[in-house]
Amino acid sequence: MITFDGVSKRFPDGSLAVDDFSLTIPSRTTTVLVGSSGSGKTTLLRMINRMVDPTSGRILIDDEDVAGLDPVKLRRRIGYVMQNSGLLPHRTVIDNVATVPILEGVKKSEAHARALELLDTVGLDRGLAKRYPAQLSGGQQQRVGVARGLAVDPNILLMDEPFGAVDPLVRDELQQELLRIQRDLSKTVVFVTHDIDEAFLLGDQVVILRTGGVIAQAGTPAEILANPIDEFVASFVGADRGKRSLHVDPAHTSGERGERVLVDGGGRAVGILRDEAPAPRSPGAVAP
Amino acid sequence: MTWVLANIEQIWRLTLDHIALSVPPIILGFLIAVPLGWIAHRYRPSRGAILTVSGLLYTIPGIALFLSLPVILGTRILDPLNVVVGMTIYAVALLARTAADAFDAVSNDVRQSSVAVGYGPVRRFFVVELPLAGPVLLSGLRVVSASTVSLVSIGSLIGVSSLGYFFLNGLNRRFPTEIFTGIVGVILIAVVFDLLLVVMGRLVLPWAHVSRRRESSSRRAIA
Repeated sequence: MITFDGVSKRFPDGSLAVDDFSLTIPSRTTTVLVGSSGSGKTTLLRMINRMVDPTSGRILIDDEDVAGLDPVKLRRRIGYVMQNSGLLPHRTVIDNVATVPILEGVKKSEAHARALELLDTVGLDRGLAKRYPAQLSGGQQQRVGVARGLAVDPNILLMDEPFGAVDPLVRDELQQELLRIQRDLSKTVVFVTHDIDEAFLLGDQVVILRTGGVIAQAGTPAEILANPIDEFVASFVGADRGKRSLHVDPAHTSGERGERVLVDGGGRAVGILRDEAPAPRSPGAVAP
Repeated sequence: MTWVLANIEQIWRLTLDHIALSVPPIILGFLIAVPLGWIAHRYRPSRGAILTVSGLLYTIPGIALFLSLPVILGTRILDPLNVVVGMTIYAVALLARTAADAFDAVSNDVRQSSVAVGYGPVRRFFVVELPLAGPVLLSGLRVVSASTVSLVSIGSLIGVSSLGYFFLNGLNRRFPTEIFTGIVGVILIAVVFDLLLVVMGRLVLPWAHVSRRRESSSRRAIA
């Protein structure tokens, strides 16, 4: 469990990034911080592993104040995945993944064996292990980034817009992969994005932020969709533009099998209404 | 050619002297300029001072430097140390700015992520920043190497032996072959040094030569 307790952050230039922020992030679930730029979401994320220290307030991991922990040791037990992968360009894929375990004193052969397993976990071919990051596609680099984040088997995984810079098809794939990994591993994931659809897809808990790290609304995707607390949230999730209110359009109900077409408030066809849930898309997913 | 063959022993000896005078300043210059460049990169207020002073050092005329160093260092006027120190000063002057630029060029994403995964400051410097600054440092080092090999010749003016001796002696004797021999020798040393540096770069920085499929991914400001 991660607890933000009245946390504020004022940067040396005087700007207030986060103002009196309190939130509890439950263990073994995914919490998504979503907001536009300037909402302080990345600052909040970086306070968890002490890349940023708060000006006031406390951050607790399982009731332990992170301010009292050695930052380097703390970071080594928390996974971190960022946009543009942040891989070391002068290290091969396998060395990148094995980086932190080796820093922690794990034997190289052991760390490499584990790194190869992690490549399997994130759906990467082991043949890529000896490549340099520049030789991979953007999507592959992000997978390596996720594998590196998982390398120390951390309880906590921090993800800072990890899929923000890849094209939509690849992003979709990576999101599904993350959902599958999370079903298997149940980490405490804190995920930062500006994409509300991504937040609703991945988040058990979604926290919508206003400028300055102020919580506009926190809850499950269903709660937020059903009851946007104010206009800001309604606008952020697209409810005000009718994007979230769907109805079956009789004019479109056609086709041989009489498919019922769903249309949003703006008149845009968004999908087909089925009676049962579709089978999971990702081939790796196994029914419980 | 007969002159060259007749004097091959002296040519060889002076070539070795020339090399012995050139190598220490290149290495020392690198060892001094890299920390200076890093400080200039890391602590912005120091940047102007460090880069301006090191730039000005290069404007000191060589002969003036060689003549004043014995006074400053307390060395004898013929001591080769004067040449080594003088050349080191020039090497630092050339390399400090390149080093600062080299560290500036290290991607901020990579730096941030190395902090995030738990590299401490010292390890971050040696394992992340220094190697990533490597390609730019190497190109700076190649310039310094060529410049040092050529400038060491001036040492002959104050009697420290190098291939520069052939320039002076050839000039005095109005004997172009001797001057030409000196020039060829200096160029050969410079080329060999450059090749060695390139080969070293290949060995130490193998990653810098892999094909870049993604030259630079789109970089966004951190929210």
